[in-house]
Amino acid sequence: MAASTIEPEIVSGTPTPDGHHHRRGDGISRLLHARPKLRLTALLTLPLAWLGVLYIGSLVLLFVTAFWTTDTFTSKVIPAFTLENFVEILTVPAYQLTALRTIGIAFAVTALCAVVALPLGLYMAKVASPTVRAVLAIGITLPLWAGYLVKVFSWRITFMNGGPLDWLLAPLGMTGPGYGTPALIVTLAYLWFPYMAVPVYSAFRQIPDNLFDASSDLGAKAWATVRTVAIPLLKPAFIAGSIFTFSLSLGDYIAAQFVGGKTQVIGTVIASNINLNPPLAAAFGTVPIVVVVLYLFLARKSGALKQL
Amino acid sequence: MRFSSSAIFSLRLFAGLIMAAIYLPLILVVLNSFNASTSGTFPITDFTTRWWSAAFHNEGVREALWTSLRVAALATTIALVLGTMIAFALSRYEFFGKNTVNLLVVLPIALPGIVTGVALNNTFKTVLEPIGIGLGLFSVIVGHATFCIVMVFNNVQARLGRINRGLEEAAMDMGANVVKTFFTVTFPGFRSAFVAGGVLAFALSFDEIVVTTFTAPPGTETLPIWIFNNMARPNQAPVVNVIAALLILASMVPVYLSQRMTGDHKK
Repeated sequence: MAASTIEPEIVSGTPTPDGHHHRRGDGISRLLHARPKLRLTALLTLPLAWLGVLYIGSLVLLFVTAFWTTDTFTSKVIPAFTLENFVEILTVPAYQLTALRTIGIAFAVTALCAVVALPLGLYMAKVASPTVRAVLAIGITLPLWAGYLVKVFSWRITFMNGGPLDWLLAPLGMTGPGYGTPALIVTLAYLWFPYMAVPVYSAFRQIPDNLFDASSDLGAKAWATVRTVAIPLLKPAFIAGSIFTFSLSLGDYIAAQFVGGKTQVIGTVIASNINLNPPLAAAFGTVPIVVVVLYLFLARKSGALKQL
Repeated sequence: MRFSSSAIFSLRLFAGLIMAAIYLPLILVVLNSFNASTSGTFPITDFTTRWWSAAFHNEGVREALWTSLRVAALATTIALVLGTMIAFALSRYEFFGKNTVNLLVVLPIALPGIVTGVALNNTFKTVLEPIGIGLGLFSVIVGHATFCIVMVFNNVQARLGRINRGLEEAAMDMGANVVKTFFTVTFPGFRSAFVAGGVLAFALSFDEIVVTTFTAPPGTETLPIWIFNNMARPNQAPVVNVIAALLILASMVPVYLSQRMTGDHKK
């Protein structure tokens, strides 16, 4: 550290043009300047107390609570070591099904986002004029600023019985899906789409045009070029985007409540147990953590995270 | 790449459809806020401004908005202080456990909000309530600040890496102490990143719902909680609709204009 090689006495002891040798804060200043370790401690104590003690402490306590039990009459938590809660979430079919359903929904949302982001990214990066490209780039990120609940609400209106989607599909002799799992997947994909579209589009722009030219010179049609040249190069971007679309979908339960109809997700179970049976809610809360960590581990193994 | 004209046409059509799918639901919310009918059926036949004036005079909305602004302001202030401190520690010092600290900052946003919410709820109820700090506005602010820190940290850390340290040394050589150097030389160097981080943190807090539901006591409503509580009530739905329309206009128009302006500036 270059700054610490300067003698502190010289720095603050030299008479200044206005003639004052000692100003307010000089003592502390000299002390801090002379000791980088003290500066580091001063910088880290408060943030680490907050994140390391309060936050991590809360997560640890949550994990410990998952091994406790509740008094069935008073709903009071009783500290006693038991694996009952974990046995329950792993063996009760309704809980298993909810966990699997939520993971399935998260995968479906991710796939939908990826399938839409690919042609859109191709169009924006390689076909559209610079003006159209700029408008679309703003266009896909702008909804991030509209509130989360506002967007959920907009799809609640759209999917309503006799609402706009039903009206739109009526001439074709069809009706919308109504509230349920398909509506939930569409809504979640809508919410997290920018997190997939932006990395895919930027990765598309970084692919040199001459790679595509070479491919078509060798006789590949447009789709074959996309499949054999573009998609392998876009893989890291898809994985990076999928981390967001997957983990955000996994933890969401508000959208499920408003457009999911009777669809129960992991969050619904946690939320409905938090007051009645906190240990069970805590145990179920470890499910998304384990799944997300597993997903991150697999993504990391694929090497995509290094390019983030 | 050489595309056939039909491929270009279908790509253009697809892009148009996606843009329509992104914006039509939002436009629908704005239109529906003038819908005289409360059944939500489409197309809209009678228009009214009744709901807008009802929303404007709604006490619950005003109170919730005020709570949201206070929570966001305080959570942002905490995040600005803690986020900047960590950014300095990580970008200017080498120490054992540096990667762990980095992970620690990102964790509250990487884990699902419900996990953070349930964990804090549990801590406040079992540990802090017995010593007199139960769920209240304070616990909401604590929850929000926890996941806002990363916004400030990311912005400030990225900027600190590009600051010329020689300027600080020059200031100290000329007799400025650590405090004076910080406020006259260092801070102006990362001020815009500091402000940008603050804006993001504020926006994130203002919009947050999951952590809030678990850290707010019954009766304390931020604006998202108010919307959440009233969205499914048939007689309140039109007012919720107006608030949603208002939020769309208030959030997207300024961002659109600022992006257009900075975009034109670059050209």
